[in-house]
Amino acid sequence: MLDDFLNQFLPSTVGGLVFGSIYALIALGYTMVYGVLRLINFAHSEIFMIGTFTSLVVITAIAPASPLTGFALFGVMLLIIVASAAISGGAAMLLEVVAYRPLRRKGATRLTALISAIGASLFLQELFALVIIPWLTGNAGRNQQSAPRIVDRDTVFTIGNAAVRTDHIIVVVAAVIMMIALDRLVNKTKIGRGIRATAQDPEAAVLMGVSIDNIVRVTFLLGGAMAGVAGALYLMEFENTVFNVGFVLGIKAFTAAVLGGIGNLRGALLGGIVLGLIENWGAIFLGSEWKDVIAFTVLVIVLMFRPTGILGESLQKARA
Amino acid sequence: MGDLTGENAAIVIPPRNGAVMAVNEYNAKNPKVKIELVQYDSQGKADQATSLITKAITQDKIVALIGPAFSGESKAIGGQLEEGKIPSVSPSATNPGLAQNGWTYWHRVVANDADQGPGIAEFLVKAKSPKKAFVLSDDQEYSVGLADAVAKSFKDSNVAVETDKFSKDASDYSSTVTKVAASNPDVIVFGGYYAQAGRLLKQLRDGGVKATFASGDGSLDQQLVTGAGTAAAEGAVLACPCNIPTPDVTGALKTFFENYKKSANVDPAIYATEGYDAATSFIKAVEAGNTTGEKINEFLKTVSFEGVSKPLKFKANGEPENNAIFIYQVVDGKVKLLGPAEEAKLEG
Amino acid sequence: MKGNGVTGNANPLRRVGALFDGARDWWERAKTWQRFVVYIGALVFALILPAPWIGTFMSPGADWTTVLIYPIGTYMLLAIGLNVVVGQAGLLDLGFVAFFAIGGYTLAYFATEHGWSYWPTVVFGIFLAAVSGVILGAPTLRLRGDYLAIVTLGFGEIIRITANNTDEIGGARGIPNIPHPTDMPAIGLDFGVLPAPYYYLMVAAIVVVIVFSVRLQKSRVGRAWAAIREDEDAAELMGVPTFKFKLLAFAIGAMIGGLAGGIYAGKAVFIEPGTFPFILSATILAAVVLGGAGNLPGVMLGAFVIAWLPERFREVEWLKEALGKDPAEYRILLFGGVLVLMMALRPEGLLPSRRRKAELHEGTGGMGAMGAEVAGPDTDVSTEAAK
Repeated sequence: MLDDFLNQFLPSTVGGLVFGSIYALIALGYTMVYGVLRLINFAHSEIFMIGTFTSLVVITAIAPASPLTGFALFGVMLLIIVASAAISGGAAMLLEVVAYRPLRRKGATRLTALISAIGASLFLQELFALVIIPWLTGNAGRNQQSAPRIVDRDTVFTIGNAAVRTDHIIVVVAAVIMMIALDRLVNKTKIGRGIRATAQDPEAAVLMGVSIDNIVRVTFLLGGAMAGVAGALYLMEFENTVFNVGFVLGIKAFTAAVLGGIGNLRGALLGGIVLGLIENWGAIFLGSEWKDVIAFTVLVIVLMFRPTGILGESLQKARA
Repeated sequence: MGDLTGENAAIVIPPRNGAVMAVNEYNAKNPKVKIELVQYDSQGKADQATSLITKAITQDKIVALIGPAFSGESKAIGGQLEEGKIPSVSPSATNPGLAQNGWTYWHRVVANDADQGPGIAEFLVKAKSPKKAFVLSDDQEYSVGLADAVAKSFKDSNVAVETDKFSKDASDYSSTVTKVAASNPDVIVFGGYYAQAGRLLKQLRDGGVKATFASGDGSLDQQLVTGAGTAAAEGAVLACPCNIPTPDVTGALKTFFENYKKSANVDPAIYATEGYDAATSFIKAVEAGNTTGEKINEFLKTVSFEGVSKPLKFKANGEPENNAIFIYQVVDGKVKLLGPAEEAKLEG
Repeated sequence: MKGNGVTGNANPLRRVGALFDGARDWWERAKTWQRFVVYIGALVFALILPAPWIGTFMSPGADWTTVLIYPIGTYMLLAIGLNVVVGQAGLLDLGFVAFFAIGGYTLAYFATEHGWSYWPTVVFGIFLAAVSGVILGAPTLRLRGDYLAIVTLGFGEIIRITANNTDEIGGARGIPNIPHPTDMPAIGLDFGVLPAPYYYLMVAAIVVVIVFSVRLQKSRVGRAWAAIREDEDAAELMGVPTFKFKLLAFAIGAMIGGLAGGIYAGKAVFIEPGTFPFILSATILAAVVLGGAGNLPGVMLGAFVIAWLPERFREVEWLKEALGKDPAEYRILLFGGVLVLMMALRPEGLLPSRRRKAELHEGTGGMGAMGAEVAGPDTDVSTEAAK
């Protein structure tokens, strides 16, 4: 048992970091929307799914004959990340306008908004399965869709018995860059100040001249864009996607957001990485089929001792 | 009855086409008693199947059922079929436990996982003489059943076995790949369907695992190659109790291949011949003048004919007499039939 | 696409809603004998509901009585149970299916492995569900609403995955050959392959649960729940032991879920972990909110609509021709769209209770309001006044 653990610890850590980065990027969207609207945006997982399909379409259109290197690789990665972020961000804004804004106008409860979010999630999944995927790819919409390889699986260096590959580095580095950029944006810019003010006290924010509608729109745009980046990285790493790819991932990413402290950007990062690592480490002992149980059990235990997550809640407190 | 629109529709539509073809051929001969084929889409879900079968028995008054395609739904409605005295012949439900329920109206034309599992294991032992095997599966019923049968058979042949499972909805298999890489087995057998098999195979190969990869009928689909990528899928071994004709076959299979292509507009795929044979067994019963469920069932006990897939005769518990396993391999990105397990030779 | 037509009186749903509201006002003024006439009418209606001439319209594609048991009756029972938690105590539970699973698995396991007879096992299943409700609730009910949501969601998944990975209770294979309920020759109920007796059993269970639920709502317990739902801190200050009452709500909801599981398993004969997915929890929650959380007739209507509409869509002939393929494929798409639309047009649900409606207009109602919800130019005046 202990032998197994020592043998598998380092490779598991690498795998956990890579997948944890993807969790973290998705968790950012949950956490931002929650911070501002107190809404569990269930349809966020579908925004991620839209990101994977955007990248799929772009990569298939480029259709590299062999994996890319150097500038070509950098260019294509940048292209799929920008395209996915743009489409996912746009979709998230549209979602807000269609599904949530009417509810906000009416002063509906969060329970109502949650049901609307679940409805939107189902609607988007099925819309892709029935209409959009067949139209984009010409294949049956419920089948898994595969993309050609753009990054070779070359080992860059090894730590002990763990091989760190090019694709691992791309995922982690890209995720960290995006998160630093978002953190700067929220903490240093005017629009970021508006987001924090709204999260803290919407009524006071309005009195201070903040346009709530604009802030909410920007929040969805940013959260959606992060999910889009996650989608692009996911597709590059796993090279396939399916209409309900976001479902389980979304629930786990939301768990990560709560684990870190919902509403807290750095908490989302921490929660994502911690979740990715603990799942993989736990799987060494119990078997990979227990991953989800491990994740949820850790969540319950953490919440029992720290009822607002590891880093505590909300966008504004994390800074203070 | 079967999953015509759900996730695993690719396994159910070909036998449906086969059955439609058999019935159309029969009706074209203008017999006294025409057969009407009613289709039920259970989406492979047990609860859907339950309400559909009640309607089929009480309102549509079916006398016989081709299906259910999956083992889960078979379990759910087997009792109802029994109480309603409706004989059934499934073209593709391979769970071994189904034959042990004491159902007398239930039959199938394929070998079960308890035969298929050892079939795969014995073939690999013969072809690769492995010392260590790693048996993987996702957490679905079919997958677990097949993986257990394979693991047991390996142990009986004194091959060391390690196992792991993962959730069918998981997308990151890094912990599984780590386990396999750490154990460094000679062969890897996966119990499960093609979507998961494709993802797994790709991640295994990316993770530097080079051992022979084998799987069962659920993964026998070209989509395995699409999902894993041509390079990763190359050389993968697939076993199936089914006989899928490819364009280069001869004899009765050749005729079937051409007729099927004419009627369904696609090449025959998995369980197409078995769907045809299942329908044929009922047609033989009707031709012999049996038109009630009970009489058809009596007839099935004695029927014996040369089916397209293999010679067909049912045992008392509804299992087919002939439980041949056929071996396929991915060669140059295409799934190729190598022949029955006793004769097949791996390429490369 | 959808949801943009929220413009005052032009909204047809609002008129339908007004009709519902009128009916409710009449009900509140109605005399006892008038109410009993309605009760008896409803019961008679429930008993003749499986008639084939109703079934040919309601469910041309599948056997109507079977559809009435699952999904319709089962969803109703589950929705009434979840309503205790969500509608009455105002706690958000996203893992209610766990209790359904516990009830079903208890019956399946003890009846097939240990040969226990049907009814004691169902009661034991209800007991186990209540215990697990307490075990889940005790550490988590101190958490705020949204944390509770994710923890309950996690609990539902833990139960399902554990069942899937534990060979002792069948693992992914599930448990077949679950016994039918014991025959009741005294009232002519013979539980075999025909669905009718199960339907009457389901009706009986629903009636019992309704009576139980209504009595609770009108008791001290119900008042305590309402207080917690409206303002937990105030309730605590007024001397309501909020934690105990929340735990009680969880346990009672769980018991009803367990009962539903037992009845379902006895009819279905076979259960597997896949019978209890997260989406079922979400669907039941949607039924409760769609119908009008807190109001029993509303919740039942919501459950009926959500269970029945998708079944009905399977068989709409003109849709089949218009789409060129089976409309059943579009069921979930429509279901999702309808949820979004309904929440935008009538967020308090089809049949809300007056009290809940008022709470919702104040933006409290258990879950509290969304953040960033500052009155805009087109906010309802009533919302404005309530602030």
